[in-house]
Amino acid sequence: MADSSSSQNLLEVKNLTKHFPVSGGKVVHAVDNVSFSITRGKTLGLVGESGCGKSSCARTVIRIYDPTSGSIILDGEDITKLSQKQLLPHRRKMQMIFQDTYASLNARMTVQDIVAEPLRAHHICKSKAEEREMVADMLCRVGLNQEHAGRYAHEFSGGQRQRVGIARALILQPMLVICDEPISALDVSIQAQVVNMLRTFQEEQGLTYLFIAHDLSMVRYVSDDVGVMYLGQLVEKCETDEIYAHPLHPYTQGLLSSVPIPNPELARQKQTAGIAGDIPSPIAPPKGCRFHTRCPYAESRCSEETPAFREASPGHFVACHRINEE
Amino acid sequence: METILQVRDLHTSFLTSNGEVQAVRGVSFDVEKGKTLGIVGESGSGKSVTSLSILQLLGSTGRINSGSIKLDGEELTTKNKKEMRRIRGGRIAMIFQDPMTSLNPLIPLGDQVGEMLWEHKKEMSKAERDAKVVELFRMVRIPEPEKRLKSYPHEFSGGMRQRVMIAMALACRPELLIADEPTTALDVSIQDQILKLMRSLQQEMGMSIMFITHDLGVVAELADRVAVMYGGLIMEEADIFDIFKDPRHPYTLGLLASIPDMNQDKSKKLQPIPGSPPDMIRPPKGCPFAPRCPYAMRICADELPPYVSTGENRRSMCWLLDPEAPETGNPFRNKK
Repeated sequence: MADSSSSQNLLEVKNLTKHFPVSGGKVVHAVDNVSFSITRGKTLGLVGESGCGKSSCARTVIRIYDPTSGSIILDGEDITKLSQKQLLPHRRKMQMIFQDTYASLNARMTVQDIVAEPLRAHHICKSKAEEREMVADMLCRVGLNQEHAGRYAHEFSGGQRQRVGIARALILQPMLVICDEPISALDVSIQAQVVNMLRTFQEEQGLTYLFIAHDLSMVRYVSDDVGVMYLGQLVEKCETDEIYAHPLHPYTQGLLSSVPIPNPELARQKQTAGIAGDIPSPIAPPKGCRFHTRCPYAESRCSEETPAFREASPGHFVACHRINEE
Repeated sequence: METILQVRDLHTSFLTSNGEVQAVRGVSFDVEKGKTLGIVGESGSGKSVTSLSILQLLGSTGRINSGSIKLDGEELTTKNKKEMRRIRGGRIAMIFQDPMTSLNPLIPLGDQVGEMLWEHKKEMSKAERDAKVVELFRMVRIPEPEKRLKSYPHEFSGGMRQRVMIAMALACRPELLIADEPTTALDVSIQDQILKLMRSLQQEMGMSIMFITHDLGVVAELADRVAVMYGGLIMEEADIFDIFKDPRHPYTLGLLASIPDMNQDKSKKLQPIPGSPPDMIRPPKGCPFAPRCPYAMRICADELPPYVSTGENRRSMCWLLDPEAPETGNPFRNKK
């Protein structure tokens, strides 16, 4: 049983917790007891408001941050406690694409150097000529060309810069790619170009994606499974069509009803409550269910007991007292 | 229908070290009283520069080269600095995308909103101003408004700061509110709250809104009319229902096809618009969208198409709508 699941799942995250100390002896509960797995070749979408911990979760999974507790199993191996040196061979298997294409590309490096850097870090190429060839090939696959290799990031448009970021992430032929809001800074007409490209690479190379975004309609389009995070915790997770058709957690329901509908007739018929108020501080998250301060259905027990993350129907996990009772 | 704002053949450019950026190249539109005009476009389409031109907030490098902007019949382009100061924040107010940088971090919020009243209504005393600010905070649904006068921006969340910006904009009951991507930096849940707030405030106060956004979903929720901008020009303008039901410009078609909606068939690829927007230092001679247009013909690159009426109170700029345009492969042919 354990064997079959580890071969099926490329990534398994168990009870992952990441706390950041801040002044005054307090801690930011960025990620609290989050567990999920991603099947090889599939995409898990992670959604939630800013400050919900989705980016911290991704950065902890890829070991940019050291986890406070919990475990991360990548391709059957526990990488939770490996030193940076021990991690190096595993780093080839996981790469990341970032939101801000200005900040994530070094302004003083040419595209050639940016895309070749992972090759150099892992001593892949035996000669400069081989390196140039690999970079040229990669650039071509992301829709850029040889002539772009000598240019600097500022000479490109946002969409082209994100292509450079994707080329850098994919040149090592990783298994897992963490996409942290890869399209939210791009124009609408360019977003679809990038998303289609990511899908094509997934089909061709069997890539596994952890796709973080706040655009719920784009997440629905790219993901096989969706996890919803609130204040550092996973509150609901299941197969994509199911979560959009039958959201169980009041937070997921509110989030989905907040999405603007690009159809004026439906948009005007829509009579939804949305979500009231703002996300509380992760330094002192509310007791019990963390969503109870904004939940329209909150009862007294919601502010006292933390609801368990349970399977409400096959494959559909949710942490809500109202659901667990039924 | 009464119009509050009438813009005619507006040309605005910016001088840069690389040359003159022709950001707006002949834009005309009306904003009707009590209604919302949505202006949709990508970065660089000229949508923000259009709104900044109305308020003459173009900085030292920007210039309105020609055109007319009339507020309730009164020409604004010939107003001097002092006269424009009376109009900004008074008769026309604006809210911006980033509520973080639009507020001064060192001044209490009550004073920042009060400054607007001090500027335009000098006869009010400090106590009267404070009372008015509390009333404004209550109007934009800021909880416990009395306690918030002395708060600083860092004590507020992004959504709450945008409410403060709206309170400031509405302080002098403007006739026209220009909102430039006011919800783009916010989460969907907070965006939903702010859009609902703007809608109900418009009903309460009867003001007119010019809403600038790149998000077709937001436009669908809020606007009565839509102008789609590209390359410094309005490509298509129509009633909100008509433009979504029956778009009559290849760029509008492309925009609608490139966003997934909640019922998108996941097995189908999205249809992106290939290429990237034009360089506005050397804007194309013909239609700016021609290099990315799947239907482009030879004439499209050579000559700018004229506006064609595509039905009641709607217009579009495309050679495919010309009576002599070919019938085969023309997405608009059978619709005339």
